[in-house]
Amino acid sequence: METAIRIKDLNVFAGKAQILKNINVEIPKNKITVILGPSGCGKTTLLKCMNRLTDLYPELKVSGEILINDKNIFDPGADISKLRQSMGLLSQRPYPLPMTIYNNIAYALKLRGVRGRRKQSILVMDYLKQANLYEEVRKRLREPASRLSIGQQQRLCLARGLAVNPDIILADEPTSALDPISSRFIDEKFQEIKPHFTIVVVTHVLRQARRIADNVIFMYLGEVVEQGPAKDFFENPKEEKTKSYLEGMFN
Amino acid sequence: MKRTLKAEETFFRILMNLTTAIILFILGIIIYSVFEKGMKALSWEMLTSVPSGGYYYGKGGGILNAIVGSLVLAVGATVLAFLIGLPVALYMNVFLVRRKKLVNLIRFILDLIWGVPSIVYGAFGFTLMVFIGLQTSLLAGIITVTLFILPIMIRSMDEILRTVPMGLSEATYSLGSNKSELAFKIFTRQSVSGIITAVLLSFGRAIGDAASVLFTAGYTDNLPNSLMEPVATLPLSIFFQLASPVPEVQARAYASALVLTVIILIVSLFSRGLGKRYHKTKINF
Repeated sequence: METAIRIKDLNVFAGKAQILKNINVEIPKNKITVILGPSGCGKTTLLKCMNRLTDLYPELKVSGEILINDKNIFDPGADISKLRQSMGLLSQRPYPLPMTIYNNIAYALKLRGVRGRRKQSILVMDYLKQANLYEEVRKRLREPASRLSIGQQQRLCLARGLAVNPDIILADEPTSALDPISSRFIDEKFQEIKPHFTIVVVTHVLRQARRIADNVIFMYLGEVVEQGPAKDFFENPKEEKTKSYLEGMFN
Repeated sequence: MKRTLKAEETFFRILMNLTTAIILFILGIIIYSVFEKGMKALSWEMLTSVPSGGYYYGKGGGILNAIVGSLVLAVGATVLAFLIGLPVALYMNVFLVRRKKLVNLIRFILDLIWGVPSIVYGAFGFTLMVFIGLQTSLLAGIITVTLFILPIMIRSMDEILRTVPMGLSEATYSLGSNKSELAFKIFTRQSVSGIITAVLLSFGRAIGDAASVLFTAGYTDNLPNSLMEPVATLPLSIFFQLASPVPEVQARAYASALVLTVIILIVSLFSRGLGKRYHKTKINF
């Protein structure tokens, strides 16, 4: 099993509070890895470390290494734009860009370096179809994306995330604000595309983790309690904390 | 307990209604008196001609010089302040996002200089003019008024830009955008209606201020024809006419005030309409 992301001795402090404690995990390539844990355990922070969105928060002090293709993303010389482009992000709430539906995707394509209107337009349609949105929006491509429903916006964000042609998809509770149909679509989409992408999903919903995970990282209070293949994790948890979480003792 | 809560709520509701009513009442009186006194003196001649000899003693002519002068000066200053202010506000909210203390210091300083009376800007502008060898002119007026409205422009834009959600920055960065793209392509678009409001607010201050242009722009009975020559402005025109002992000229001051009010009203309605066009439907949020 190939490793896509290797995290070594990662520590994150917010002031004096330690949010992540000595994280050492490996995220396998072309699999769905679920970061599971109760609210406030540092799941989202761990995810944001991976594409260095933690840079935006001055209060966060990050130390340690995250290796992607054997390169440490915290190296001073690392090209952050390129790094972020290699990872599509799907956040908890969709954030469509303040432009038309069409341009939301076209913007991503331009950043990726796709030139030429015709080429762009073909790809825009293609990504909208991939996100199962094309039929719904095909007559309103020139409308502002903010007019879409939340579920549609999230699918638009998925299409946009795919449009930068990433290797990795980072998803932070991507279905928590969605209706059941949109949620199911996103889960199924992840299953469908995982041969081509490494997918990391943060969730606190056990059912969702069971449904989609190939690999699980279980976190509690800033520490990784247990990690491993989903089958072992759910059927044969090693740690006491994992067992009680699986039995629904906390959350 | 329930009773006191209810009494409290009633009290504050009455208080709020009362203050709103007072403000509307005062505004109403101002607008009424300006219209009432101004309409009588307002004539087509006043709007379309410059003062002829003896205008300030009640003879013929108009205030076209001040109308055009004020518009040119205020538009010039607003454009200049916008061109300087937008990048500054974007810089504060996109590039300095990690330097919260510095940004707060800048905000504090801007708020301070926002509160400086415009006559001080006038005096400062005058000193500056002497220093660089500029005479009272449209250019000097524009520069001074720009300085005067710049803090208003920057801070009102800043207040809008800081409401852009962090998640939108994260989403934009995660597509591989850099900071300038985030600033100019995303932040500005997201805040169009707020930016329009900031421009309007600044324009209103620019066109309505007398003290900052008193020494710097000067006054003339001619239409503005060069950046280097003095220019008339409506507030000063009102001031000069109101200071006249002749009742007809005083009435014309009200007519001039009416013109100024209507200009601000038109600009205000126009930018409201513009803002609405760009307003995002936010039902989903």
